[in-house]
Amino acid sequence: MRAAVIVSEPLRPGLGRWLATPRRGGLLVLALVIVLLPLLLRNSYFYEIAILVALNAIVCIGLNLLIGYAGQISLGHAGFFALGGYGSAILSAQHGWPSWLAMITSCAAVGLLAFVVGRPTLRLKGHYLAMATLGLGIIISIVLTTEDRLTGGPDGMAVPALSVFGWVLRGERTWYWVVAAALLLAVWLALNLIESPTGRALRALHGSEIAAQTLGVDSARFKLRVFVISAVFAAVAGALTAHYAGFITPAKSTFMHSVELVIMVVFGGMASIFGAVVGALVLTLLPQLLTVLEDYETMVFGAVLIATMIFFPQGIVPTLARWLASLKQGLRR
Amino acid sequence: MKLLSVEHLGKAFGGVQAIEDLSFDIQTGAVHSIIGPNGAGKTTLLNMLTGIYVPDSGHIRLGDRDLTGLATHQFAAAGIGRSFQNLQVFFNMSALENVMTGRHLRERCSLLATLLRTPALVRAEADCRALALRLLGRVGLGEYRDAAADAMPYGALKRLEIARALAAEPSLLLLDEPAAGLNQTEAREIDALIKQLAAEGTTIVLVEHNMRLVMEVSDHVLVLDHGRKLAEGTPAQVSANPLVIEAYLGVAEPQAAHA
Repeated sequence: MRAAVIVSEPLRPGLGRWLATPRRGGLLVLALVIVLLPLLLRNSYFYEIAILVALNAIVCIGLNLLIGYAGQISLGHAGFFALGGYGSAILSAQHGWPSWLAMITSCAAVGLLAFVVGRPTLRLKGHYLAMATLGLGIIISIVLTTEDRLTGGPDGMAVPALSVFGWVLRGERTWYWVVAAALLLAVWLALNLIESPTGRALRALHGSEIAAQTLGVDSARFKLRVFVISAVFAAVAGALTAHYAGFITPAKSTFMHSVELVIMVVFGGMASIFGAVVGALVLTLLPQLLTVLEDYETMVFGAVLIATMIFFPQGIVPTLARWLASLKQGLRR
Repeated sequence: MKLLSVEHLGKAFGGVQAIEDLSFDIQTGAVHSIIGPNGAGKTTLLNMLTGIYVPDSGHIRLGDRDLTGLATHQFAAAGIGRSFQNLQVFFNMSALENVMTGRHLRERCSLLATLLRTPALVRAEADCRALALRLLGRVGLGEYRDAAADAMPYGALKRLEIARALAAEPSLLLLDEPAAGLNQTEAREIDALIKQLAAEGTTIVLVEHNMRLVMEVSDHVLVLDHGRKLAEGTPAQVSANPLVIEAYLGVAEPQAAHA
């Protein structure tokens, strides 16, 4: 903790203030972690875990925009994740599209699907989006499992390697840098969204929907916007996952996976972009560390959710940030 | 010049007729007060004038536009801003961010520019921030610029709501009991602020229980009772009206829930 306090002390007053915002300081810290991490990654298994963490983090950043900022819950993000992957897989494997184009098309299609589902439901007050996405996620999961001529059914299907203008991405180390860059991009985009008139409108809706509307905020429009963005984030991560693994099965589209994603966001901290990254990190590592408890994974996730709600309902990162701030104030006195 | 006109407005909640066949006009650049006993329908009226409630009958026109039936954000876009009787501050933001949010209608929110944080957006944000700071200073909250809204005292939050509403540059500003719950000094500050805003040409509709404030700042007073117009006129005319005196002092009546 001591180290963290020293780091956050200004080096020079101007530079300190420049770095003190999440967009600059937080991004810099994340970039440093990404650059230095390979020193600790001894073999390709560790790389694989790191890639998995980053991909989950991308989904969670998008989902956190929706849950933490728009105050809406999606219980079908695993569906968007899987659709992104399957769409890209089907277009590139069965229709011979270049994989990068397949990926972009698939993610755009998922965005369109989210728009179609979100537009009617987000006009309603309350948690109708949760119900709609719950249904949608289950439908996607069933379709992916049963349409075996297209998707390979429960056994899944092979996915061609990702190639960008002739450059084929191969090997854990290459993928590590690609996924890390995607994560940095996702964090940057999300922070930009939050620190903008759109971000303020969203937080205003959370603070007082009625007051936000009397200031001209069209709540349905802004909630829809974030929902579509979060679905596209999930689809991008899903497509990257499919091309990286070279294989995709309907397992990633299940309701349980959607719930896991929500738990990552809640644990890491709602309305905190870096919280989403930490939540994805901890809850992706947890099953790897507790391999003996494999059969009880669902129970462990449930326990984590209960413990989060009881001990730090704000999530781990906002709680730590507040604790650090009060510690810093105590030291100054 | 007529800015807003309300024609035969009616609204019932179940069996309670909150507003009944109410018509009146609001003139540009004047301070209009709406007074009346508790339960007279004042806040219901304000909620209809901002699209929060949809009237059962009648019309609301701003200039040439019929706003009846539009959504709340469309009333705001048409130029009607308001503050709330029970605070509706964004407690998840700082004071400055609250006021910056008030600029929502004056800002462009293109998705691409937002995500890529274009230089134009960065400039617009700096302008928005500067304007919000000026407004905070204007309502006397300069010292609170970086304070979290949930750490601010009640009187300051009342003024923060006014600053937030002003940020949108509304053509009509509705203030719902801005002095309620304030002490004498704070109420005088609100008083001065309203006078200053009126002097600059903002059209204001004031719902208020504080009679001293109403009589001092109003050009025109509308008295509601049981959802109907009881009297209308200059402060002097209204305070001499026997019906008004009766409604306020004369006949004992059960105090309904606060409107």
